[in-house]
Amino acid sequence: MIHVRNVFKRLFGAPWRPYLWTMQPHRLLCPRPEGLFCPPGGFFIDPVRPVDRALVTHGHSDHARAGHRAVLATAETLDIMALRYGEDFAATTEAAALGRTVRVNDVAVTFYPAGHVLGSAQILVEWNGLRIVASGDYKRQRDPTCALFEPVPCDVFITEATFALPVFRHPDASREIGRLLKSVRQFPERAHLAGAYALGKAQRVIRLLRDAGYSEPIFIHGALSKLCDYYASRGIDLGRLEPATVESGGKNGFAGGIVVGPPSAFADRWARRFADPVACFASGWMRIRQRARQRGVELPLIISDHADWDELTATIRDTGASEVWVTHGREEALVRWCELAGISAKPLHLVGYEDEGD
Amino acid sequence: MKAFAELLDRLVLTPSRNGKLKLLADYFAATPDPDRGLALAAITGDLDIPSVKPAMLRTLVTERMDPVLFAYSYDYVGDLAETVSLVWSSAADESAQKEIRLADAVGALQRAGRADGPAILAGLLDRLAIPERFAIIKLVTGGLRIGVSARLAKQALADFGEVEVAEIEELWHGLKPPYTELFRWLSGEGEKPQRAAAAPFRPVMLSNPVGDGDLEKLDPADYVAEWKWDGIRVQAVSEKGVRRLYSRTGDDISGAFPDIIEAMDFEATLDGELLVGNPPGHTGTFSDLQQRLNRKSVSAKTLSRYPAFIRCYDILQERGEDRRSLPFAQRRQRLERFVATLDPGRFDLSPIVPFLGWEALEDLRKDPPHPIIEGVMLKRRDSAYVPGRPKGPWFKWKRDPHTVDAVLMYAQRGHGKRSSFYSDFTFGVWSGAEGALQLVPVGKAYFGFTDAELRQLDKYVRDNTIERFGPVRSVRADPEHGLVLEIAFEGLARSQRHRSGVAMRFPRISRLRWDKPVAEADRLETLQALLDR
Repeated sequence: MIHVRNVFKRLFGAPWRPYLWTMQPHRLLCPRPEGLFCPPGGFFIDPVRPVDRALVTHGHSDHARAGHRAVLATAETLDIMALRYGEDFAATTEAAALGRTVRVNDVAVTFYPAGHVLGSAQILVEWNGLRIVASGDYKRQRDPTCALFEPVPCDVFITEATFALPVFRHPDASREIGRLLKSVRQFPERAHLAGAYALGKAQRVIRLLRDAGYSEPIFIHGALSKLCDYYASRGIDLGRLEPATVESGGKNGFAGGIVVGPPSAFADRWARRFADPVACFASGWMRIRQRARQRGVELPLIISDHADWDELTATIRDTGASEVWVTHGREEALVRWCELAGISAKPLHLVGYEDEGD
Repeated sequence: MKAFAELLDRLVLTPSRNGKLKLLADYFAATPDPDRGLALAAITGDLDIPSVKPAMLRTLVTERMDPVLFAYSYDYVGDLAETVSLVWSSAADESAQKEIRLADAVGALQRAGRADGPAILAGLLDRLAIPERFAIIKLVTGGLRIGVSARLAKQALADFGEVEVAEIEELWHGLKPPYTELFRWLSGEGEKPQRAAAAPFRPVMLSNPVGDGDLEKLDPADYVAEWKWDGIRVQAVSEKGVRRLYSRTGDDISGAFPDIIEAMDFEATLDGELLVGNPPGHTGTFSDLQQRLNRKSVSAKTLSRYPAFIRCYDILQERGEDRRSLPFAQRRQRLERFVATLDPGRFDLSPIVPFLGWEALEDLRKDPPHPIIEGVMLKRRDSAYVPGRPKGPWFKWKRDPHTVDAVLMYAQRGHGKRSSFYSDFTFGVWSGAEGALQLVPVGKAYFGFTDAELRQLDKYVRDNTIERFGPVRSVRADPEHGLVLEIAFEGLARSQRHRSGVAMRFPRISRLRWDKPVAEADRLETLQALLDR
């Protein structure tokens, strides 16, 4: 027996695990240029090019693209895709209810909440007793704008690695909001510009401000209004929002106010309407001082919709997976951690997902 | 500790002076003693904690985590203190730990010896969360580098206590961390501390620039003129055996100038310009003087190669008698008699420049006899020596700046109000043979233009970008196409850090030369010729 194991190890470079080896997980899911493909189910997960049948984890544009023939996703993700790409973004759509298993050809598919943004889901695929979870993007920190991540027991866990370095430790988001509000009190003659991605982060920042007791109108960039309206229609109360137009700023250029907009807008000529603005940016990248400095951010807000290092490693343990596939981000550090923890792991080279999207 | 850590984090990213002052003053108001005083000492560089070597820190952390994961982390972050603060595993990150006071942390570290220092530091890191860990590591490894000078910290104290900054400067050298008496006075709970230090700093008198039409209203006969020497303004104080050399803002710089200190065998307070060279024959350039500046100590070789001396302007106190209320003319007479008794290699007199009228003086100002003269000073004969910058008694009338026509090469987005504008400009001049012209960057400027000109520059940058690197854009600049900027600057020094070999002092954009063909901008040789003067 010992002898066989060594031979196997030499041949395949991985520890001997008879169970998984017989299961052959790569026959259930494997990377293709279009995205992660499931041969027995005949579908792709988050494909980056138009395909026949797509399962989509969440509405961020690098995961949810227009032009597929059939799309299976949560109702919220379908709504968000329709808002962004128009009602005809796919020929047919089907809403997946969380926790309810559907069959796609030979494969059983179940969506579970991922805690990333409204509607975000992990996708469990089961086939011949083998369970693989494609988690998409996820986080474990509580978020008032979406359902909490649920660990799903599985054999193979596919994890993102956006913040997969031990330096990324996200503080509690409410603490960061506290720092923003303190700065607003300290500098009432300046406008605070909070850069936040249009889907998810912006609504979370606004909702957290409301939870912290901030009841003033919050000014938003035009690119945010459709998604904020949608969140509100789903029962996420964002309070009074006003467009950050030159007229609404008045003579004082939004002094004392909070303006939320996509980060790119703050480097744009759009930002000139604000009085001596304090540039804030809500992102997990803000943990690194040099990142904040490079972007000219004066008040970094470490608020992330991705799992930090501690959440990534805790989640891998929670799933009980004996094998981990690591994708988009800093794969090497998480693979190293898995090796040290005695869990088999490999980077899964998928193309087309943005490393920076937080 | 939390408030201090938060203060450091905000200061390092706050570009504006007023923003920094507000953050500091608010911190002083909200923080109890002795923490606020220790924070102040940390910022002004007066807090002495036996140093923990960076290598020690690295050992501590790799004992606790996988070295490979640490290497990935350090490689990504690039700063050792920051990396360690982030990767250090401690229960404090999740739980609401008991707040550790800055005073307790500093106390524990100051009591630690070489042997138990690392263990004490590790124990503290275990009980602190990330921002506080960063602050404590920065404290023990030295150098906060948060862009706050001692001068700015004193201004923040003045803002907090609503007093003049001169009052703080005057007291400063008699005070010790944690400055409890000072804070009691500033918060209105105690008397003003008595000036305790021997050989104290006396706040200096400053001048105003000559503005349009200023001179027409003045009678030349009321004023004395002197050259404005381009060194650094200092105050040499020697009282009852204590000798100190202060910068204009009251920082004690004695340590870097043992040659001056040794020659101060007198009882007096002198105001003058610190220069290098052998007076009266040889006065070195500003770049020679820079060899002696910003050092804690100085080598024998540097001392003999760049000897320092003081060109005296004024006398504030002699043999215990305060002379500041005397008219300038009388102080000058005393100064002349006094300097005559001193070592002529270390102290000489700033000569009086005779002139008949403003026009004659203007000729002298425009074409001074020595490269290290940057204009003329005008002092009213009857003026007392008063701290600050009163309008009227003293004027500075500077030589016109040098100018060069350079080509815009790169632009970077600004901060705060200017964060949506490309407002920091790197410019270069031509070098190389005709037909193979190349631009060499020679400096960077971010002021000198009007708001309207900034909008034009911003548009030009956006319309002519050829490459982007983060917040920086590279702008098309070749002999056929580009924008010429007239750059004004105060002086030029040799530099090994810049590819061009030159570094400008106070460069600013004086004119946008939309009209000038790019190929006709200046060449590097033009600047090099200035160096050799």
